Order: sequence, then structure tokens, then C-alpha cells
Amino acid sequence: MTMEEKMGGSIGEDGGKDRFPVGMRVLAVDDDPICLKVLENLLRKCQYQVTTTNQAITALKMLRENKNRYDLVISDVNMPDMDGFKLLELVGLEMDLPVIMLSAHSDTKLVMKGITHGACDYLLKPVRIEELKNIWQHVVRRKKPDSKDQIMAPNHDKAGGGTGEAGQTSTGSSDQKVNKKRKDQSEDEEEEGEDNGHENEDPSNQKKPRVVWSVELHRKFVAAVNQLGLDKAVPKKILDLMNVEGLTRENVASHLQKYRLYLKRLSSVATQQANMAAALGSKDPSYLRMGSLDGFGDFRSLNGPGRLSTASISSYQPGGMFGRLNSSAALSLRGISSGVIQPGHSQTLNNSINGLGKIQPAVLPANQNQNGTFIQGIPTSIELNQLSQNKSINRFGEFNRVNDPNVFGVATNFPDARMIVGSSSNSLSTASGNHLLLQANVQQIQHSGAFGNQPSVGVTSLNQESFDVGVRGSSNFLDHGKCSENWQVAVQLSNLPSGSLSTSEGFSHEQLPTNNLQESISWTNSHLSNSPIDLSSSVANSARLEDSRGDTQCQVGLNNVIQNIDYTAKQQWGDHRQDYNGNLNHSFHRVDSLVSASGSMMDQSNAISSKTTDVSLFSQLSGGIPYVVEHPQGEKSAFDTKLRSNEDFLFDQTKPQNGFSQNNFESLEVIMSSMIKPEQNNETALMDGEFVFDAFPLGSCI
Amino acid sequence: MDVVQLQRQLVDYRTSLYHEGFLDEQFTQLQELQDENNPHFVVEVVSLFFEDSERHLNELTTALEQQSVDFRRVDAHVHQLKGSSSSIGAQRVQQVCIAFRNYCEEQNVEGCLECLQQVKHEYSLVKTKLESMFQLEQQILTAGGSIPM
Repeated sequence: MTMEEKMGGSIGEDGGKDRFPVGMRVLAVDDDPICLKVLENLLRKCQYQVTTTNQAITALKMLRENKNRYDLVISDVNMPDMDGFKLLELVGLEMDLPVIMLSAHSDTKLVMKGITHGACDYLLKPVRIEELKNIWQHVVRRKKPDSKDQIMAPNHDKAGGGTGEAGQTSTGSSDQKVNKKRKDQSEDEEEEGEDNGHENEDPSNQKKPRVVWSVELHRKFVAAVNQLGLDKAVPKKILDLMNVEGLTRENVASHLQKYRLYLKRLSSVATQQANMAAALGSKDPSYLRMGSLDGFGDFRSLNGPGRLSTASISSYQPGGMFGRLNSSAALSLRGISSGVIQPGHSQTLNNSINGLGKIQPAVLPANQNQNGTFIQGIPTSIELNQLSQNKSINRFGEFNRVNDPNVFGVATNFPDARMIVGSSSNSLSTASGNHLLLQANVQQIQHSGAFGNQPSVGVTSLNQESFDVGVRGSSNFLDHGKCSENWQVAVQLSNLPSGSLSTSEGFSHEQLPTNNLQESISWTNSHLSNSPIDLSSSVANSARLEDSRGDTQCQVGLNNVIQNIDYTAKQQWGDHRQDYNGNLNHSFHRVDSLVSASGSMMDQSNAISSKTTDVSLFSQLSGGIPYVVEHPQGEKSAFDTKLRSNEDFLFDQTKPQNGFSQNNFESLEVIMSSMIKPEQNNETALMDGEFVFDAFPLGSCI
Repeated sequence: MDVVQLQRQLVDYRTSLYHEGFLDEQFTQLQELQDENNPHFVVEVVSLFFEDSERHLNELTTALEQQSVDFRRVDAHVHQLKGSSSSIGAQRVQQVCIAFRNYCEEQNVEGCLECLQQVKHEYSLVKTKLESMFQLEQQILTAGGSIPM
């Protein structure tokens, strides 16, 4: 196995830009020491900066530590600790770095697999230096659309898109001009640095700053895609719909590609989810949705392939996303409800909400284990999505918009089915596919506990911890650190009122800035970090809603939800289910107790949550914030009903804990997100929360 | 022996190894990678290859001795062996590995055992040859000469 060595070039750092490809930083991963050594030397001969490792896990860790440290990854296909393709996916999702596969086999099927998983190239051993001399083109190709366009934008703005969108990625040799043109075409007001969050904006042409797909951006994206219909969504149109400055068609195109992959993954997860949903949801359609949530659970199981379970979660995504998800990726994911997915917001929302409600039960347990308030974790979930970080971020941002863009965003990030999770899930998936989601979720859950009072900061930290705890188990854990980071970011965004989330026990009603929370949550979710987090966020959101209600009860409900979500998220983790199971069981118990204790409260809270969920879901789904707003009031009763069902759900959930756990997780997330979202008018905000919930796709945790 | 003679001997020896298929151009690449920054690269890599291959061969022997052969395990080792031998240019070893893998896929124990024998044989051959070559190189260096490319 060859290890791909990344050239630790300074390309990213702008230092080696001028000398690019000299100094390009490559990370090589291969378990065969001889191949690795030879490869390392060959790469050095090409004047790249090489880092090697013979373990995929180590490689992932290194990559996660600092995304900007490497420009390219070369990985062997057959490795003992992790399948090369899985690593490929994860890297693509989380870090969006070009990956080259290496193998001693030239089997067409393997090559095909490599390409479908997103590899830039597939080399055969023994590798020749001539081949390695050209690998830098992959780096340029990836960055070009982003950075070049950005940089060139000012000059060529409106130059006249003569070039028209030349394919998203200009060939390695595309010159700036082309980029400019492309840029012009794609965006009229191309503004440098407009990138939705470009993080590494390189002034030089060598590297294009990568577009950071923030939650918002992703949300927009998802909304646009949903609006157009996944089948008909073309980058140019999406771009136009999104109307984001500084975003190029290429950015959108690659994001779309990822999203599609994610949806595809989700659909496979969805089917699993559907099963789960069926099992779970008998109560009402919403439950089915929950099923979708479960889908998350399924998702988890699906994660087997390393895909984010988000897929399942995505299905949860209320409204728009789902609709889209369903259609495009056969979101079957999840059961979430195929109905849920329907663009019909209301419908989806309800479903989602129901899902949320359901999730609650599941979630609660999770919280138990968590540090405390699960809600806090919610924000984390957002972070989870952050896994893809850039990717997810975009997604979430959009969430509020109600557009599904977020949803999509998330999905895109995750080539896997993660998309399902809705915005949040998407982000999750992006990151590392299932793992990420799981992690994210986990984190979220964790955070949620911690989240309790601290508005955003608190949350993240909590999650992180909890996450670690929960997540540890899963190998797929994407990066706890990452998640937490994301989470924090998310949290901060949310400005959660201190104490609002407060530990599960006491959800303080403080007003969590729903909107913010939502956003942050979504954000976190996008982080890929862990879908669980999404739940947290959603839970948190719901919690907020509760606040508005001013009931302590709500909190409880939320707590439960959160816990459930956590639980679910954990469950989702498929891989580490066992680890989680413990938690889940615990949480479930908790939930049960909580549920019983606050029977009425639950209802209320559920109601509230449901509302929120709906709201958020709707907003997300339909992108119609107004939707959400209205719901709270009217939905209340509906929610109550839902809540009840949720409760039931909860109980049901507890039963199949183990099996369900996975699903629960997802559902929890969904619930959470939905819960969180409905917060009062912030529909949009809620959406985020909800979205986050989606992110829960703990499945992604897989 | 004088340096020039040693050098000539080395070149001839190397050429013969290529002719006989023991080594292929990949080995040449390795040599080209060796430079003042990396003066012992070839020896290091080849030594690594020896160690690693011996480990794989032992594992293969054990695996094929089992009552019920785990072909996946066998295949994994053969795959690795194939990869590493191709990376250093041990052509004949690599070729036997290809045949070996086919037998693995067919789950043909007999065939596998036969290939194992062959691989071991080829491996020891190439090992001996490379070691002789290194010795020659060392002699040249000791005599104050430089290694001809």
C-alpha cells in the first residue's frame, strides 16, 4: 500500500505559491513500508514536501489537525486499518482535498470505485516519477475555481462571460483568465473574497481559496437546488438563485457534485431508515418521519460504508431538503418521511416535528450521559456538520433561509448520503461521511449537555467532551476536536442565553436566541461534526422554544429530546454503537423517567418543540420562514398531539434501544432540529436548529 | 582488484541482472533517486524489501499450511509482496506474485503452494544477486572509486 504523501508544500500557505508545484505538500498513506519509502523519495525528487504515514487513521488525524497543512493526499487502496476508499471519502468530505489512489491492482472495478468515491486519480504501482510529476495539477484544478475566480473577479467582473462556464474545474492549466471569465459568468458581481467564507484565500493564482460552505451558504444552496429540483439543478441556475457574491459556478458545481453523492448515500441509508421508520413510526406520519430519523439510525447502519448516516437525517430535514433529497437521491433515506421530504413544508414540518418529538425520547437518554443539557449539544451538532466545515457552513447558513440550500449544502459535502440530515446532516456528512456525522452528532450531544447555560461557548465545550466520550467508540469519529470546534463556532453564533439550555434538568427558558441558536446549530451540524450534535442543536432549539413558552417543562422535554438525540446520535454511530448503547440506554431511561415525570410537560415541550421543528423544518424546507412563524401558534395543538406521539415514540424507542438507538439518534436529531427550530418566529433560525437536527443524521456518524 | 576493473564488473553484473529479468527499470529509478542527500537510498529500500518479504513469505507458509486455508489472508500477503517487489523492481518476484494471486482467487491450494515455492525461490535468487551487487559496490567505494550509474 502506498501511503500517500502529501507534500507539505507551502502552497496553501502562500509561501510556495510562486514556486508551485514545488513545495506542494503531500501526505502519503500506505501500509507497505517499501512502497511508502519509494513513494516518499519519488515525491521528494519532484520537489514536493512529503509527509508519510502507514496508517490511514493517523493520516486522517493529521489531516484533521490542520486542513491547510496539506495540498494533496495519495493513498493506497488496501490498508489494514481502513479501506483506502473510505479514507478517500472522508478526506473528500472533510477536507476537500484532492486524493489520489494508489494500488498494485489495476482492476477496472477498483479504479471505477476510486473515481466514484471521488479520487482525482488512480495510479498503479509501481509508481513512476513521471506520473508523480503531474499530480500537482489536481491541486490546481481544485483550487482554481475558487481562488482564481475570486482573485480575478475584480478585474474581470463582468468581463463578459465569454468563456461561459467552462467546466467547473478548469483543467490544471486553466489560466486565470479563464477563471476570471468563468467567474464573471457565474457571478456578476464577483467580489473578491466574497466567497462565502473563503478561508484560504490565496492572492496568488496558484491556489484558489477554497470556498467555505457555511451553513448559510449551504442553506441557500440547498434551497436553490430544491427549488430547481435536484434533477434539474444545474450549477449556473443554482448560482443565480443563490445570488451570492463571490461564489463561482465552479464552486457550486463541485458542491453540487458532493451533494449529489451525499444524497445518493443517503438514499441507501434511507432505505434502511425507512425500515426503521416503519418500525418506529406507526404512530403517525410524523413518526414515520421519525422513522426517517431513525433513518438516521439506519443511517448509522448504513454508515457501514462509511457514509454519513446523515442521509437518514437528511431525510429528516424538513421541508425542502427532504423533498429534494428524496427526489434526487432517492432519499429513501429515510423514511423520514418521504413524505417529509416533500417540499410541502407543512407536511414535512409536521413530519419533522414529529420526528423530533420522537426524537425526544431518544434524545433524552443521550443527554443523560452527556454532561448535561443536551440542548447545549445541539449547537454542537451544528458544528458537527462543520466537519466539512467549509462545506457545512454554507449549508447551514442557508438554512435559515428556509431554503433548503442548507440541506443541500450539507449533503453536498457529504458525498455520502449524509445529505439527508438536512442541513445539518449534510454538513455532517460532508465531513467525513458517516463518521463525521457521528462525530458531529456525538459531539453535539455532548455539547448539548454542556450547553446548558452557555450560549455558545458552553455548548461547544460540552459537546466536545461528551462527544469524545461517546464518540470515542466510533472509529469513524471524525474529529472530536473538529466537532467541538465547530460546535463552538456554532454555539457562539447562537448566543444562547446562558442557562437557557442549561442542563437537561433545567432547561432554562432563557431565551436562547433561537435564531442564533438555530444558526449555530445548523452550523454545527454542518460541521459534520457529529450528527448528534445536531440533535443537540435541535434540542437546544427546542429548548428555546420552550423558553418562549416559559415552561420549565419544555426544557425537560427538550432535555429528553436532546438526550434522545444524543442517544440516537450515538446509536447512529453504528460503529460504535456499542459504546453508545450504554449511553443510549441510559438516556433512554432517563427519557422515560423524564417523560413520565413530565408527562404534561413533555407534551408541552413537545408541542413546543414540535412547533419549532416545524418551524424550522418548514423554514428550511420551504425556505419560507413565514411558515414557521405561523406555526408556533397554530401548531401548538398539533404539536401537542405530536408530542404525545413523541412520547410514545420515546417509549417505543427505548425498547428497541439497541437496535433503535441508531435510529433514534437520527430521529432525535431530527426532532431536535425540529424542536429547536420552531422557536418563534425565528423560523429561520429554527430552521437552523432543525437543520441541525438533521445534521444529526447520526447516521452520518457512521 | 583495481577500481576500474571493479567498476566494470559491477556494470556488467547489473546489466546481466536486467537481462535476466531479475531487475527492471523500476530499480533504475531507485538508483536515480539516490543522490548526495540520500546516499544510501537503494540499499535502505532493498533491505527493507528483504525484511518485509521474508515476513510475508513466512506468513504465507503458515497460512497455506492450515487445514482450511484462509485465502483472503494469503491474497493479502501476496498482494503486498507484489506491491513491494514491483516498487523496487524485483521483476521476477513480481511476476510470480501475479500467478500466485490467480491461484488464490481460484482457491487452488495446490497452485498456491507451487507458487509459494516459486516465489521463495525467486526471492532468494534476487536477494543473493542484489547482495552480491552491493558487495561489489562496497568494494569499489572502499577502493576509493565511485559507483558508476
